[in-house]
Amino acid sequence: MTDRTAPSSRVPIARRKNSLRLWWRRKSTIAFAMTLPLLLIVVALVLYPSLYAFYLATLNKSMERFVGLGNFAFLFKRETFWMVVRQSIVFALSAVIFKALIGLIVAHLVHNVPAKGQRKWRGMLLIPWVIPPAMSTLAWLWLFDPSYSAFNWLLERAGGSAVPWLGDPYWARFAVILVNVWFGAPFFMIMYLAALKSVPEQLYEAASIDGANAWQKLWFITLPMMHNIIAITVLFSLIVTFANFDIVRVLTNGGPVDQTHVFATWAFRIGIESNDIPLGACVSLFMFPILALAAIFILRDVNQRTTEG
Amino acid sequence: MAQVTLRGLTKVFDQTPVVRGIDLEIADEEFVVLVGPSGCGKSTTLRMIAGLEDITGGDILIDGERVNDVPPKDRNIAMVFQNYALYPHMTVFENMSFGLRLRKVPKPQIQARVEHAARILDIQELLQRKPKQLSGGQRQRVAMGRAIVRDPKVFLFDEPLSNLDAKLRVQMRTEIKRVHQKVRTTTVYVTHDQVEAMTLADRVVVMNAGSIEQVGAPNDLYHAPATRFVAGFIGSPAMNFLPCALEETAGALRVRLGAEISFGVPEERIQRYRPYVGRAALVFGLRPEHILERRAHLERQQQVFEVPLDVTEPMGMETLVHFLVDGVEVCGRVSPNAGAQGGQRMQLVADLDHMHLIDDTSGKVL
Amino acid sequence: MTAATLPTNMPRTLSGSMQRDRRRALVWSYVFLIVFVIFFLTPPVYMLITSLKTSAEISAASTPWWVFAPTLANYAEILTSPAYLTFFRNSALVSLLVVSITMLVSIPAAFALSRMRFWGSATLATGVFLTYLIPDTLLFIPLFKIFAFLHDWTGIEFINHWWVLVIIYPTLTVPFCTWIMIGYFSSIPKELDEAALIDGASYLQLLTRIFIPVALPGIIAATIFAFTVSWAQFLYPMAFTTSTDQLVLPVGIVTTLIKGDVFNWGQIMTGALLGAAPPLIIYAFLMDYYIAGLTAGATKG
Repeated sequence: MTDRTAPSSRVPIARRKNSLRLWWRRKSTIAFAMTLPLLLIVVALVLYPSLYAFYLATLNKSMERFVGLGNFAFLFKRETFWMVVRQSIVFALSAVIFKALIGLIVAHLVHNVPAKGQRKWRGMLLIPWVIPPAMSTLAWLWLFDPSYSAFNWLLERAGGSAVPWLGDPYWARFAVILVNVWFGAPFFMIMYLAALKSVPEQLYEAASIDGANAWQKLWFITLPMMHNIIAITVLFSLIVTFANFDIVRVLTNGGPVDQTHVFATWAFRIGIESNDIPLGACVSLFMFPILALAAIFILRDVNQRTTEG
Repeated sequence: MAQVTLRGLTKVFDQTPVVRGIDLEIADEEFVVLVGPSGCGKSTTLRMIAGLEDITGGDILIDGERVNDVPPKDRNIAMVFQNYALYPHMTVFENMSFGLRLRKVPKPQIQARVEHAARILDIQELLQRKPKQLSGGQRQRVAMGRAIVRDPKVFLFDEPLSNLDAKLRVQMRTEIKRVHQKVRTTTVYVTHDQVEAMTLADRVVVMNAGSIEQVGAPNDLYHAPATRFVAGFIGSPAMNFLPCALEETAGALRVRLGAEISFGVPEERIQRYRPYVGRAALVFGLRPEHILERRAHLERQQQVFEVPLDVTEPMGMETLVHFLVDGVEVCGRVSPNAGAQGGQRMQLVADLDHMHLIDDTSGKVL
Repeated sequence: MTAATLPTNMPRTLSGSMQRDRRRALVWSYVFLIVFVIFFLTPPVYMLITSLKTSAEISAASTPWWVFAPTLANYAEILTSPAYLTFFRNSALVSLLVVSITMLVSIPAAFALSRMRFWGSATLATGVFLTYLIPDTLLFIPLFKIFAFLHDWTGIEFINHWWVLVIIYPTLTVPFCTWIMIGYFSSIPKELDEAALIDGASYLQLLTRIFIPVALPGIIAATIFAFTVSWAQFLYPMAFTTSTDQLVLPVGIVTTLIKGDVFNWGQIMTGALLGAAPPLIIYAFLMDYYIAGLTAGATKG
């Protein structure tokens, strides 16, 4: 495009305008322009803040001094921090495992039902996912209420004793995981149902003839063919569950005695409620390792796909 | 020993009968082909033999034992599917050995059996590949290999060549025949292609709308079809059918096909056809290969007639000639040098020795 | 296992043992399905039951699982409460604006990334997808500081105004919606483009007259997704809005209805149920699109 960059004196203006218009019309320019808003949003509101978080974590509480890794050192000495680490990991791992299992089981159940009826079962089973988690967690809060818990009412009627769902640390953790599993399992179910339907029926027929019973069909055919989607959903869910805020905040707000805090809620407590932004940023940065791990897996998978296909 | 017997086999789907009481005896080592148009019930019958479909009525016996309630894996059968149904995440070796692995056959035996089958099908180099790396023909071989390895009593084939291109289909046909000669297992083969049926089968079972029209060796079906359906289904190009009238004059019968054309019925058949003189709804059937160009020397029952030709199709080794008789299109096969030309009149001979007379109300060949 | 081991004189039955096994399996499937449905639907059903109770009935604690004197008083109170209506209005405004912005950004971007192969489009698509993984819980603190900083710099008050959410929410919706749209656009056959281009269409016309109509199901799915995410968002509004008149529904209900030690559960449940109503209603009518939006991401990706 020499017309634009060359000294302008000799080149007639009409020609310059033309080539500018041509450049504007070029496919790659238009394409780039179309993706620009997306890029701006992502760079300005996602990438920049994430990097900024690293910087913030290195400042002192009033954000005037640079303290390097001081905040991190401070955290590592706090017992609460290690509790939060443990809680976040246990919470994420157990919730995801149960969500995947329940999702797989329920997907199989729905898949077994004759096709005409599947729709209404699917419809009912997905409802937990549709309700905003903050709202449904309020329902659970009420269900676990120390004085009026509907579950305790049933337990006492059945001869057992009331459970301090949110008062006892172990029960509280159980409650948080339970609500998370309740909320997330439908998502897994829907994904796995779609995957189950994509396995050709004839493979199962061939396996029948080869001599496989139902468990063997599951193990040798269904699971290997669903291997990809299982990996994707588990990976996604690990990230999302690890970073979960809504459920813990509404149900226990980290209590009792910080025993159900996860990174997100603790970061909120420190950063927003106690107004210590750098320390809060520091806490929330601990979600980064799992993100990096996930990114590696995804990139590897994308690479594999492009070299195979 | 692996005979298969179907007794009054019936299948009803949602109030619609799909297979209506089929009786069939298949002998040990026999290659039987179920052939017919789509929807005739041939695949359903095969799947009932396999145990993949429930039986509404009747019995299936394998080696004299009633297997109606036996699940597929205990029937000792193997099946080759139209879409191969190879396990995509397993190698060829694992695909072929899957059934054996499930039955806990010891590894050295598995190895030996897979290699043996691979040698028969010439796929030894493919054993470590995955299905998606194979061509259609190779996949079909692997599917057959998987069946052979099981050493079953019966092989079941469900339109295995339909997904292959024409050339490959011809190759695989001979392949299947060769394998059958080597392995000698009772085979039930389903196809809609009558050429496959004729070339592969010991006996052909022609099915239509859930019932068997005729069972017989390929040549028998060709020369002596029992019904109009079979007569029109077997053979390509298809048999010519013309409405006709049967007349008797002075002890000889003539078949009248229209104002201008009539043929004398061969003497041996006069007795057989006489009761139908003057009957309505009679159809005259003659295959295109029995309508030839007139040559110097006429064979016994070759009768001459002349018609204006409509269209000719030069096929290289012969020329197909199309003409109209009373508005019905007729096809004949003449020598390429006979000078057949569309739009010109030509003298042809019909070999009445091979004529068929059909009662159109019952569909039966008389 | 040879056929010779089978008994030869089994009684003739029309339904074989295979059918019986299958029927038994089906019955058990239904049993377990009912168990799971009970598990999944208990909270929303309980919300409904509680919302129809008076405070008196709740504290009487006769039985939590049934309403004896149902009343719509809670609903009346909530629906006429100015605070609640403000929450609803804020949520609606934010969600609608965010959906519009999301669609305006995602559709062209998806079109460009899926159809117009330009240098780096593949890496860009993957990169965008990766940034979607960065959770809001990592970004809310730096964003808080950034907005505080912008306030000092420009004098515009970002914090504690509902419209700041309109700026932030697209980070949650745009990447995934773009991903969904890329999937749908990619499934449109190339011949359609070529025919249109030969007919003289420009790229913009190609987009508006061909792609959008043909990919409409995907657009609807993406719109539903964007709306649901915006409506249900909790963390960002918790962090960025504090005054009652600026709150959106989820935060409003959680923070204002729970006053001190006395919880008016009847009203809380009513508020929560009404707050869950818009996504539920959309789901009831457009369930297939809803599900398509979910599964599109993973299965097409």
